Amino acid sequence: MKSHWQRGINFKEASIFGQGSDGRSGYDLPSNGLPQADIGSLLPEDLVRQDLTGFPSLTEPEVIRHYTRMSQWNFSVDTNMYPLGSCTMKHNPRVNEAVSRLAGFTNLHPLQDDDQAQGTLKLMSDLARWLCEITGLYSATLQPVAGAQGEFAGLMMIRAALEKRGAARSKILLPDSSHGTNPASAVRCGYKPVTFKSGPDGKIDIDELDRLMDDQTSALMVTNPNTLGFFESGILEASKLIHDRGGFVYCDGANLNALMGKARFGDMGVDVAHINLHKTFSTPHGGGGPGAGPVCVTKELEPFLPSPVIVHENGVYRRDYDRPQSVGRMSGFHGAVGVLIRAAAYILSMGADGLKQATEAAVINANYIKARLKDHYHSPYPGRSMHELVLSDKIQNEHGVTTLDIAKALIDRGFHPPTIYFPLIAKGAIMIEPTETESRETLDDFCDAMIDIAEKAVSDSGSLHKAPENTARNRLDETAAARNPQLRCDSCG
Amino acid sequence: MKFPEDLRFSKGHEWVSVADDVATIGITDFAQDELGDIVFVEAPEIGATLTQGEAFGVAESVKTVSDVYCPVAGEVVEINSGLVDKPELVNKSPYQDGWMIKVKISDLSALDELMSAKEYENYVLKSK
Amino acid sequence: MRFIPLTDSDRSEMLEKIGVSSVSELFADIPEQIRLYDPLNLPGPEPELDLMERFEELAGENQALNPRKSFLGAGAYLHHVPVAVDQLLLRSEFFTCYTPYQPEVSQGTLAAIYEFQTYTAALTGMEIANASMYDGASALAEAVIMSARIKKKPKVIVSGLVHPHWREVTAAYTRTLDIDLVTVDTGLERGVTDSAQLAIDDTTAAVVVQSPNFLGNIEDLREIRSACDSVGALMIVAVAEPVSLGLLKGPGHFGADVAVAEGRSFGGSLSFGGPGLGMFAVNKEYVRQMPGRLAGKTKDTQGREGYTLTLSTREQHIRREKATSNICSNQALCATAAVIHMSLLGKDGLRKLAIQNLSAAAYLSRRVTSLNGFERISGAHFFNEVAINMPVDPQVVNSRLAKEGIQGGLDLSEYYPELKSSMLFCATEMNTKKSIDQLVSVLAEFEK
Repeated sequence: MKSHWQRGINFKEASIFGQGSDGRSGYDLPSNGLPQADIGSLLPEDLVRQDLTGFPSLTEPEVIRHYTRMSQWNFSVDTNMYPLGSCTMKHNPRVNEAVSRLAGFTNLHPLQDDDQAQGTLKLMSDLARWLCEITGLYSATLQPVAGAQGEFAGLMMIRAALEKRGAARSKILLPDSSHGTNPASAVRCGYKPVTFKSGPDGKIDIDELDRLMDDQTSALMVTNPNTLGFFESGILEASKLIHDRGGFVYCDGANLNALMGKARFGDMGVDVAHINLHKTFSTPHGGGGPGAGPVCVTKELEPFLPSPVIVHENGVYRRDYDRPQSVGRMSGFHGAVGVLIRAAAYILSMGADGLKQATEAAVINANYIKARLKDHYHSPYPGRSMHELVLSDKIQNEHGVTTLDIAKALIDRGFHPPTIYFPLIAKGAIMIEPTETESRETLDDFCDAMIDIAEKAVSDSGSLHKAPENTARNRLDETAAARNPQLRCDSCG
Repeated sequence: MKFPEDLRFSKGHEWVSVADDVATIGITDFAQDELGDIVFVEAPEIGATLTQGEAFGVAESVKTVSDVYCPVAGEVVEINSGLVDKPELVNKSPYQDGWMIKVKISDLSALDELMSAKEYENYVLKSK
Repeated sequence: MRFIPLTDSDRSEMLEKIGVSSVSELFADIPEQIRLYDPLNLPGPEPELDLMERFEELAGENQALNPRKSFLGAGAYLHHVPVAVDQLLLRSEFFTCYTPYQPEVSQGTLAAIYEFQTYTAALTGMEIANASMYDGASALAEAVIMSARIKKKPKVIVSGLVHPHWREVTAAYTRTLDIDLVTVDTGLERGVTDSAQLAIDDTTAAVVVQSPNFLGNIEDLREIRSACDSVGALMIVAVAEPVSLGLLKGPGHFGADVAVAEGRSFGGSLSFGGPGLGMFAVNKEYVRQMPGRLAGKTKDTQGREGYTLTLSTREQHIRREKATSNICSNQALCATAAVIHMSLLGKDGLRKLAIQNLSAAAYLSRRVTSLNGFERISGAHFFNEVAINMPVDPQVVNSRLAKEGIQGGLDLSEYYPELKSSMLFCATEMNTKKSIDQLVSVLAEFEK
């Protein structure tokens, strides 16, 4: 097993508050030829801040050093494999960064007239069309800036459609494997989430749907492939049942990386799906955001799209605000446009064939890991994994080793841990999603590390409880952080 | 794991100790063990009226949060303010210093529906 | 395909190890009738250079602003972001990492979030802040929902001088909830919200104002606070231009219960309005009611100081349907850019930047209102935006300005039909005396 850790240049770095010295600044005001105004004549004293107490005073070199050192404490996709299940930590192409930074895009104000924004409007219009082509749906909104916001927008559109049919209904059905945002978004739309048990195969149990789907249920929220990484093979039957009883099918598109060019949500009977551009379409995760969560819908739901909608008429692109049935505005302006530009660049870089290859490679990679680890880790559900697989700590439990220990031990071996303890229906879940941008060699390294951990669980479990030891910080006291929250530096402000 | 003989227990893993018509309520040793290090306990207002089985607050640990239910109906007459600064008392002493609320019972027959220590112990063993 | 390492020989060896003869077996769970055989109808693939050329062409089809000669604000403000910000942001470890769920290997991101929480709280004058929300508009929506929940009352009153888009987003977010969102139009003449007209009563959970407001004027937060106190309502203050907080006292100073802001001015670019950066701050008593992520300081097993995400049980991945919000992400990279920018500005720079904004707007206001027929809508105090009545259709003015390469202000009638002939001008540190003088000379053509 290759060892990834070695001593490098990695500095201690204190909080920025408390560094520097009065009189220093890392910023020069642009010249503007104007005299500084007399504040006293413009603002009454009681409105004016006396001082920015505790704000640092640092020059450019000091600030750059601070953030450079801080950055060195972060693991990233560019460092090594980051197999977080359902997050799709694929490589972030650099050309995306270059094109999104063109001044023609960055200096465009959201309130400029349509005729001044034809480049960006065209790009957004094209992106919407491509996402519909990929998902097999009719129309899209690019406004939601995150998957969760996309869920909210999508469910609001379902609600609007049901109100138009006569009754909004009151409940939403969700499998117990669903992501936490699903029931939270449902509540935000005024719906009561009704969770049903998945079958013994970890997939939707059609009998449960049959039992629960009634004329008070607005929709079924699915994830396909689901959070166990399995394709919901009964999706056509499930969609038909829901539609026959007057409901809609919402699909959480987080796992779209398993389906590009292979199957489409629209063909599965899905009416609304959100897509996570920061997952499937390579836009950077950035430490937790910004993302984007466009929503694609069927023709019936098109009138309810958030306003404005970008339309293309007579060779000109414009924002259409005349949308009387719209569910409203989701975003301060037009969505996470900088993120949309990156996603569009990705789709163009890949083309249809590239996207399909990405999906196939993602699925091959996940299944390769599954094959190499099957004799060492317990698989809580039988079934064909797609782009991600879920293992558990059942075997290691016999030696007092938990999923948490396995995760921390992986850090010591140079890997970011997979997603742990999710989905809830797999006890001690370890959800591994390699993505297509990992090489075979890296996958082998990862499997070697996992096998080493499984062996240590038997021979030297103590070492696993102490992990990680190679990092700048060891396990952090989360209990103390929650009991006595210290959420800011008190000396500043 | 402790199951004090003088207490009564609910299926929701709360314990009840009765003196006259006042019930002292908390969560069991099993419950605190399952939750892990408790970081926060949310309590109701004094004077609040609770129905049997109504959630009166939450017990929050780092990784989970659990509703706490009132096994008897009545009026909240006292809450354990010590838990504000020291929520860990629930872990260290779930049956004494970690008590949560005191309720003036409005319907004493509710006590008959609770389990004895032995019954609760069996219940816990079966659920594992 | 330069992003996919698997070679043909890799594939065949791996398929053998997996135990299948072809990759299509791995997709066998997809029902036959929905399997795709034809390729998707998409353009590309484009090699890198071709892609860059195509995007340069597209960018060229925009008429982006000349930063020195633009006077358009209204919720998106042109500032100079120091070059060092973007260069630091492009460090792999900042932009290709994920949410810091494993704190041992995410101390860089967590430290940046902690800085952001500190700066947000300090600037707004509140006790604590979260790790950021999507944008100012959705932060306001979340603040409204939180306030109704805290007060257990249904009514939330919003001043009509709050940014129209923020009000729309809040309305969309609260449509199906038991919240009675009431917009009260007051103050188009006064230029600031008239608290006496807000119709606050004992069903009111909260009152929302923006300061500086959409017309650019600084609200009398003391008056609003007083009005809220009469029924024990929460005061929510929205800030669309946080650069103002370098010079103005923050909402917390005036007793705000919640402060929300759009942080794009720090570290961000206009980019047609997104991504944004929501700032959300409260006082300590509401920490468990607050949505969004939080980073907290703690120690590791060796007693060394570090950071971790905390109070996660409020969030959707644990609390699910009882969560404070459905929000899963934060704008971490935008927040990182913001803290780098603010750290470069520092104590002196933040104040000087704000003063320069005020100076530019004051100069613009003085010169424009010296023209016959051009006057401020009200005499209220402003920061970097002024609303001006003019003796000509603003659209005509903007067309004329465009011919000089100048982006004029916002035609206010788009949002306030009563303001038929008014424009909202913004001036920041980017606008020069020369460009303001040029603006004025064009406006002079329309003097009465």
